[in-house]
Parts: sequence; C-alpha cells; structure tokens
Amino acid sequence: MVFVKEYLLGNAAIARGILESGAGLVAGYPGTPSSEIIETLSPLAGQRRMHVEWSVNEKVALEVAIGASWANARSVATMKHVGLNVASDPFMTLAYLGVGAGLVVITADDPYCHSSQNEQDSRRYAQFAGVPCLEPADPQEAKDMTVYAFELSERLNLPVMLRPTTRVSHARSDVETGQLPALAASNAGFTRDPSCRVALPVHVRPLHKRLIAKQETIDKELSSAPWNRLVCRADTGIIASGISGLYAEEALKDLELDYSLLRIGTTPAPSGLLTEMLEHCRRILVVEELEPVLEEQVALLARKVRPDLDLHGKSLVPRAGELDLGLVRNAISALAGLPAREPIVIPEKDILPPRPPALCPGCSHRATYQAMIKAFGKDAVFPSDIGCYTMGVGMGTVETCLCMGASISVATGIRFGGDERPICCTLGDSTFLHSGLTGLLNAAYNGARLTVTILDNSTTAMTGHQPHPGTGRTATGQESCPVSLEDVARALGAGLVETVDPYDLDRAVEVFRKARDFSGLSVVIARQSCVISARRQGVRRQPLQVTDACVGCQVCLNFGCPAIEWTGETASINTLCTGCGVCAMVCPSGSIKEVVR
Amino acid sequence: MRSSDCDIVIAGVGGQGVILISDVIGRAAVKAGLPVRGAETHGMAQRGGSVVNHTRINCRYSPMVAEGGADLLLALEPVEALRHAHFLAPGGTALVNTAPVLPVTVTTGKFAYPPLEKVLSPLQRIGTVRAFNATELAASAGTVQAMNVVMLGALSRYIPITEEAILAALAQVVPEKHLKVNLRAFELGKAEVD
Ligand code: SF4
Ligand code: SF4
Repeated sequence: MVFVKEYLLGNAAIARGILESGAGLVAGYPGTPSSEIIETLSPLAGQRRMHVEWSVNEKVALEVAIGASWANARSVATMKHVGLNVASDPFMTLAYLGVGAGLVVITADDPYCHSSQNEQDSRRYAQFAGVPCLEPADPQEAKDMTVYAFELSERLNLPVMLRPTTRVSHARSDVETGQLPALAASNAGFTRDPSCRVALPVHVRPLHKRLIAKQETIDKELSSAPWNRLVCRADTGIIASGISGLYAEEALKDLELDYSLLRIGTTPAPSGLLTEMLEHCRRILVVEELEPVLEEQVALLARKVRPDLDLHGKSLVPRAGELDLGLVRNAISALAGLPAREPIVIPEKDILPPRPPALCPGCSHRATYQAMIKAFGKDAVFPSDIGCYTMGVGMGTVETCLCMGASISVATGIRFGGDERPICCTLGDSTFLHSGLTGLLNAAYNGARLTVTILDNSTTAMTGHQPHPGTGRTATGQESCPVSLEDVARALGAGLVETVDPYDLDRAVEVFRKARDFSGLSVVIARQSCVISARRQGVRRQPLQVTDACVGCQVCLNFGCPAIEWTGETASINTLCTGCGVCAMVCPSGSIKEVVR
Repeated sequence: MRSSDCDIVIAGVGGQGVILISDVIGRAAVKAGLPVRGAETHGMAQRGGSVVNHTRINCRYSPMVAEGGADLLLALEPVEALRHAHFLAPGGTALVNTAPVLPVTVTTGKFAYPPLEKVLSPLQRIGTVRAFNATELAASAGTVQAMNVVMLGALSRYIPITEEAILAALAQVVPEKHLKVNLRAFELGKAEVD
C-alpha cells in the first residue's frame, strides 16, 4: 500500500477518517471548533455516495445519524461540545438501544472557551451514557481514531464518542492517510426489531442491564487500543490523556526526568494498563484538561491495587482553562521538587491597546442595534443570543447570552417575572431556526408582550457562513425550498410581523417603535446580507467620507464601526468602509457623504 | 534538549492571512520529509481580533510553542509583535511589519496607538529585530493583499527548509492568477532581510 503524507487540519484529518471508513451519512450543526469536518466533506459527498447535511440543530443531526445507522449505513453526527447538550436526549437512550452500522458522535471540546459559552468536558457525557470516548492528541490520531471508532462501535453495538479539543481540531500536522474503500453497492435497509428499536419500558429495562454488562466488554476492547501506551521507567510516573500526553512527554524531555509515562487516549482508561502502572509506581501525577475524569478512575482503582499510592492531579494541574507545556512542566516540577518556571512578564505590554474581535465594518447588526436603542430607549431590556451579534455587547443591546435560542424564552421569563419595561430580544436567523422556534411558540401561546428581533443576514456567519433552511441551499449546494421567517413567525402566533432593511435606519426606527407599542408579541425581521457573504457575491458599494463640515461631536465614533477613526479633531473614514451608509444617517451634522468619483 | 528544529510564532490581525503563511511552511516541511506541527486561531477571534499561529518544524510534540521558546516571531502588525513578545526566545529573531492596523479601541479614541520605538524596544532587549514596511513592499509588488507573502519571503531566510520547497508549497495554496504578484512579493521580502 502506498501511504501519502499531507499537511492536514485536525478536522480535515477526521473528515479523511470518515471517508476511509466508507460512511454513508454525516450530519451536524456548525460550531467552533467542529465546523470544518462537514465543510471538508460536503464537496466530496456526491463522488463518495455519501449524504452530508447541515441539520437544523444537533439533536436533529444525531437523530438523522441514528436513523442511518439503524438502516445499516455507517454514520456520523458532528457538533461542538455544547451541541451535545441539545443532542443529549437521543444520545442517552441510544446507548441502551444500540446501533446498526457503526455510529460516531463527534463533539469538539473547547477548553479555555476560545469560541464558546462554557468549557464543559464531554468525557463526562460519555461516562454518563456508558459509551466509550476517544480523545486524539493530534491530527494523525484524530484520523486513525475515527477509523477505529467505527469498528469499535460495531463490535460493541454502541455509539462511540470522538472528542477532539480546539488544539487538535485546529492543529495541523503531517498526516499519513490510508486508502479509500472502493465504492460498493449499498446494502442499507432498516431491520425491524422492536426489542432494541422501540424504547418502551418493557424493552429498556433489560437493555439497561445489557448496557451495564457491556462496561466490562468496553474495558476489554480498550485494553488493546493502540492509543494507550505505557513506558515503565522510574517508580514516579505521569498518566496523561489526549494532548496532555504530548505536553507531558515534552516536559519530561525538557526536565530530563526518567519518569514512567502512561499516555491515555480512551475514556474509560483500560483497567489492565492502569493496574500495571499502579503496581510499578508509588507516586503518580495525572495530567488531563478540565475535569478529573481519569484521576477519579485512578483513585478508585488505587483503593484496590495500591492503597498507599501518592496520587496527584487537580491539586497541581488547573481544572479550568486549557493546559500547555508551561503549566504541565510546572506541575511535574512541583512533583519532582524542582523550582517552577516563572511566567515571562514584559512590563511594556501595558502600552498595548486591546484588540477585541468586533462586528465587521458595515455589519447590519450594528445598524439594527442602533435603531433598537433609538426606538426602545436605553432603559429597555435587551436579551440576546449566540452569534456574531453577541459581539455587540458594548452597544448595550446584548444583556443576556445563555445558550442557543434562549433569548426569546429568557425574555418571556423576564416579562412574566414582573419586569414592566419594554423588552426587545435579538437572535440570528440560524439560531432562530436552530432552537428559537419553540421559544417563540411558547411566548405566543402564553401571551408574552415583547418584541423578538430576528437578525437575518441569511447565513450562519460566526462559524464560517454555512447555509441553513432560510437560505434555500443545503450543505452540498443543492437548492431547497427557503423557509420564510415571516410565515413561520405568523404561524407560531406572533401578532405583528414586520420586515425591515437595517441600512435604512430611519425606517428601521419607525418599525421598532411600532413593535414597541404593539400590545402583544411582535417580531421584527431585520434583513440584510452579512457583509462578508455580500462581498463574496460581488456586492460593491460606494465608500463614504467625512467632509469638512464635521464638527467633531464623535457621535459616529460611538456608533463603533471600525472604518471610522478619530484624527484628534474630526472623524475620518478609512479603507475598510464597505459603504453601508449608516454612519451618514447617524451623523447629526450631515457631514458624512458618499465619495464622489 | 530541543524538541523541535525551529519554533515559529506568527502574529497578526484577523484577515491579514496569518494562516496562509503557516500552511505554506507546513506543506513545505512535509515535502522536505520533516514532521511539522501547527496551531491556528479560528472562529470568533478572527473578526478583526488578534490572531496567532504556532508552527514547529521537525517536531513530534504538541503544536504549541512554549513561552520564551520561539526562535522566530513573525509579526504582520507592530503591536501584535509586542502582544506576543513573551514567546520570543532569548537571542531569537523578530521579523516585524511596521504598518499598523488600528484596533477599534484606538479608532474610537479610547486607547492610543503607541509609537513604533516603544513597541519594538522590548523585543530588541530579548533578541534581534528586523522591522520594515511589508505593506508598502506588497503594494509595490502589485497588491497590499500580498503583505503576508512579503513576510513569508523574509521568514524563508531563517527557517531550515529550502526555498525551492517553500515556493512549491506557495504555488499550491495561491490561485494561479495571483502567483506572479505573490512571487514578486516573496522576493521583495527576502531582499529586505538579506
Ligand atoms: S461576519 Fe457578517 S454577521 Fe459577522 S460581524 Fe461580520 S458582517 Fe456581521
Ligand atoms: S458607511 Fe460608515 S458605517 Fe458603513 S462601513 Fe462605511 S464607515 Fe462604516
């Protein structure tokens, strides 16, 4: 066999593993750091006879994947860690019912919350459901583990979780790829077997016992998994999981310590290898990101195998945030009685201006927020949601952000909790279709008086501009019937539904006033393309400039567009301007005009 | 004991093309038969925020460069050089584009953009600094968009990979119609540090 090495992103390596496994269906919802898996696969779907879809949310994605697995096609559901909260309902019972063909649930964790609302540890979910979890350390393992995960899933008749983290999904390395299977005729088809497909009490009682009994089989299977490697040296040792194993290896080399090292790539860790390690070492440090999942397993086992074990873990390794070489090296140094390396402090850094991410120049969300403030006043309550628009927090129109789709229900609770002020909540089009629909239905059903603003830029912008049911396009570029947000809002029971182009600021303010004064549930759809997708589609607008009439009032600067700069006395517009024209409407002295060529 | 032949930290602003540089180095390393590791910034931070990329040549460990471990700090923007200065190894080299990109905190007048000498002096204390206006050089090559390739050209003089492999990798990632401009940009960057 000829092996080829490619420089692959972790997520592209996972996609490669999916292809090498001959999967028939991949479904997911975009979420950093997981989105590139489906983005890598969607252009290849046709030629590999594979169905690839962006589902409307993670629960739906997993259910679609389960259906395919039960119809005997290998399948995948991909999501970010918090997506599994949404998909947890099917996930938990699936472990009882089992799979048909192999099913892999990919949940990409995000220690340090680089792009997330929390840093929950998906290994806890795997434990909770009683299914094995594979934790790759690098892109090569990510690819190899994907292939292995399908086989394991079929041997165990269980879903298998693959849990890359940001530093694996968004790492690149040289990856040795394998062969793609020949395209065979599909033998897919659903097999009727109510005893393990219908979750009735009478069926699930024995299935729960079967799942418990499987835990021993899981342990046996994982004992031969190549991802768990023990190197016995001194009687002090390190047990490290996933990428922490690489940090630990590098730290030991750097510190020139001859400690034993057990690298773990599976949850649970196989008890045989752990026992070997415990019999060899009297002192052990467990290194893992986030929760002490592995440490707890070692502590339990030590009670039987080596009750006098000197065990360290979260006492030396932080439980919050992500690890790196420095943190792991210092934890090992502490164990070895060596001095810690102090962090490098550069005092001159205090002259650095912060550079937070911001809404793009010309982003329509900024205009919508501006109109909302004008119409509702600063005293109104502005619950919001998850998307690019959360970055508008500085404008005062993002006062809550909890989880996907929560804005409408939280707003409902604020109203019925007794707040009498005007309430205007915001959420994006993709977020609304993901899980805002039920909140809107509930608000209408229970008669909540509030305004729901759907920030409709016709894409899932934050995660890289994926399509959704409102766009009339699928993951693979097929045309589909675009859902009308207006019709959906009316059907769910909104009493007033208005659509406005936020670039038309005066009209937007008018519409928001009407919504504010409406006696029931109103929905405002603020529709304007995301500037990034508009640019890709070739939209070019005339840029604007500040004329000599500028009086230096700074009103446009406070509007916050990154294309507007302060020169010291007046405002000026730089080359980032996308020509949305909104600042011209914001300027009280009429000093901003289109550039005349 | 070293765990890589060359540790590089590439810093810049979302949209400047930081990822392309490391993609080219990574592909070139693979062509040269060397194990290589990279770590990227995706998602939220890319919207005009600070972005950083770590690349490690001939390395089998994690993709993350340790504090004080970067042989090379390649900064596409001056204050981003200082923001990531703690990565530069003592005696390492910082290659810095001197053309500023003002953050919103500066354009809105909340913070001041510091003068270049103040930005560079901490780096000069740690290692060697080569600062030049790569944005202007890119413009003279044909487009400011090629600024990242000017910086790549400069970087190519410092990394243990042949120019031939780097240029072959560059040709893979840049669309054919832009290749000429990019090759000019690459040469200008190289000449700047020679
Ligand atoms: S990507 Fe689109 S939606 Fe996101 S900030 Fe930029 S313009 Fe706004
Ligand atoms: S027209 Fe004004 S608000 Fe719109 S992008 Fe240009 S400077 Fe920014």
